[in-house]
Amino acid sequence: MIDLDGLKEIWQTIARNKTRSLLTAFGVFWGIFILVVLSSVGNGFENGLMRQIEGFSLNTGFIFTEQTTEPYKGYQKGRYWSMDMNDLEAIKDAFPEIVAISPEASLYSSDENNVVFGSKSGSYTVKGLMPEYNQIDRCKIVMGRFVNETDIAEKRKVCLIGERVYEEMMGKNVEPIGKMIKVNGIYFEIVGVIRPYNSHTQVNGEASKSVILPFTTMQQVFGLGDKINFFLYTARDDASVSSMEEDIKTLLKLRHDIAPNDKEAVSAYNVEEEFNIFKALFKGIHILIWIVGLGTLMSGIIGVSNIMLVTVKERTREIGVRRALGAKPKAILTQVMSESLLLTILAGLVGLCFGVLVMAVVGLIVASNPSETTMFQDPNMNLGEAIVAIIIVIVSGLLAGLLPALRAIQIKAIDAIREE
Amino acid sequence: MISLHDINKTYFGAQPLHVLKGINLEIADGEMVSIMGASGSGKSTLLNILGLLDNYDSGDYYLDGKLMKDLTENTAAEYRNKMIGFIFQSFNLIPYKTAIENVALPLYYQGVSRKKRNQLALEYLERFGLKEWADHYPNELSGGQKQRVSMARALVTQPKVILADEPTGALDSKTSAEVIQILREVNQTGITMVIVTHERGIAMRTDKIIHLKDGIIEEVETNNPDLIDLNTQIK
Repeated sequence: MIDLDGLKEIWQTIARNKTRSLLTAFGVFWGIFILVVLSSVGNGFENGLMRQIEGFSLNTGFIFTEQTTEPYKGYQKGRYWSMDMNDLEAIKDAFPEIVAISPEASLYSSDENNVVFGSKSGSYTVKGLMPEYNQIDRCKIVMGRFVNETDIAEKRKVCLIGERVYEEMMGKNVEPIGKMIKVNGIYFEIVGVIRPYNSHTQVNGEASKSVILPFTTMQQVFGLGDKINFFLYTARDDASVSSMEEDIKTLLKLRHDIAPNDKEAVSAYNVEEEFNIFKALFKGIHILIWIVGLGTLMSGIIGVSNIMLVTVKERTREIGVRRALGAKPKAILTQVMSESLLLTILAGLVGLCFGVLVMAVVGLIVASNPSETTMFQDPNMNLGEAIVAIIIVIVSGLLAGLLPALRAIQIKAIDAIREE
Repeated sequence: MISLHDINKTYFGAQPLHVLKGINLEIADGEMVSIMGASGSGKSTLLNILGLLDNYDSGDYYLDGKLMKDLTENTAAEYRNKMIGFIFQSFNLIPYKTAIENVALPLYYQGVSRKKRNQLALEYLERFGLKEWADHYPNELSGGQKQRVSMARALVTQPKVILADEPTGALDSKTSAEVIQILREVNQTGITMVIVTHERGIAMRTDKIIHLKDGIIEEVETNNPDLIDLNTQIK
């Protein structure tokens, strides 16, 4: 649409009043700059927070057993009950939206040192897990592998150790895989070392300070029978854990002869609500940022429009001469619109680049001072936001030029060349 | 070339002003005509109508055999661009464009390529002895030079008619004489020329003088410009 010739024609008019064009462009530049900075800072906080819970599936629910509080079907209240693998299978069958389910059993570390390797010993949590657990509360496998189905089926005496356990018991120079480690008096072969993605979301103690056994091994070796008192499940992203929770409770009550009105026997917890609050909070912050940013940008745009109006007024004679020389109304319209558009786009792009640059420097400074507790990370505008910003600049450039352009085409050759 | 039949024009303001009250005029191809008249006689209005800058209320205006009536802005712009060259009293050069860019401007609106445009513009500037001034801005030129640039601009599209509104109004007598001499030479290449002036000396150098008074043609005076001594004082 804009050939090089036309561009030169437009550039001439912008460049002939450099100071004014610069000042006008500054409004748009500043608007976009502020938008980029605010939006990046918002993203920085969001990224910072998200890092705190990295690896943990947010669509996760927990179910644990408690004493019954209502008598039912001949059972007295205050009964202890527990689940088994069949319950978990039944739940999985009944809720296809569940993507991962795993029971968890723990032996809490007592005062005595329960884990022994060679001459060293320490006190650590011992957890029994299923392979699917690593889809719920993920951790990095630093060495070796996670619990697998064969471990479960054969009740193998294998274990994974947390990174801290590895460092404290063996130092960093010993190859841990294949070594035997004594846990609560029984030897297990180490098959992997794990590190949690974050140290903030922890189920039953820190993963790096735990020893993980296959769930079935744990049941057998430590005499838990087939009892399950706690499990976790993760649903698909589009399913609501909160609404599934009640149905799971009902199913379990039915299977274990628990009174339907018993409020405490099946205990449940999930982070959906907390997470939704976070999501709403960040959404609110983003909306606020865009309102403020767009407001600033709009004042810049109005500035452009205003100056263009003045320019058109000043150039009445020139526009008239152009009309006399054969410029069609469309040519004049295009010229004024293009001037406004070019000015806005240039200013907008410079603002965008400058904003991105500044935030990149801020990001580098933040990254060079890493800290576990920093709630701020990667303060960048994402590509989608940048594209939206550019589209807004283009549209607003056109809008800014519209009024002055309409004013300009009303100028008739005769008005302009009339001698005073 | 130009044929006007009973042209009427009224300006509707607070007081309706009947400016042209039935103008009948024939200007032949290649003729050089001047229009004279007191202020308010309607000569500028007539020129505006001739130049398709303004429309008229009734009558017919034929330019080069084509009826120019109720033109849209676009067609008027197109006709102006292709058939008419304007020369103004205050030159109306665009201040931030160099002489060559000013001359090339009408070609820009014809969609002629930059290279071709500049080549043609330079040719015309050379014809008016301004080749060395091609890259100067209007404020670096003298009045006579500015008017020559504007003549080059008027001619660069090879129009059929040149309309000049007080072309010497802002010039001293010596420069005026030069300008009118150039206009005559241009006319001799076959381009029809209409000049509005209030200077008798200028009008005397045209083939015909049309005297306007109160919106009607009072008298058409025929001259023989070749008999006039070029050195006669114009003003």
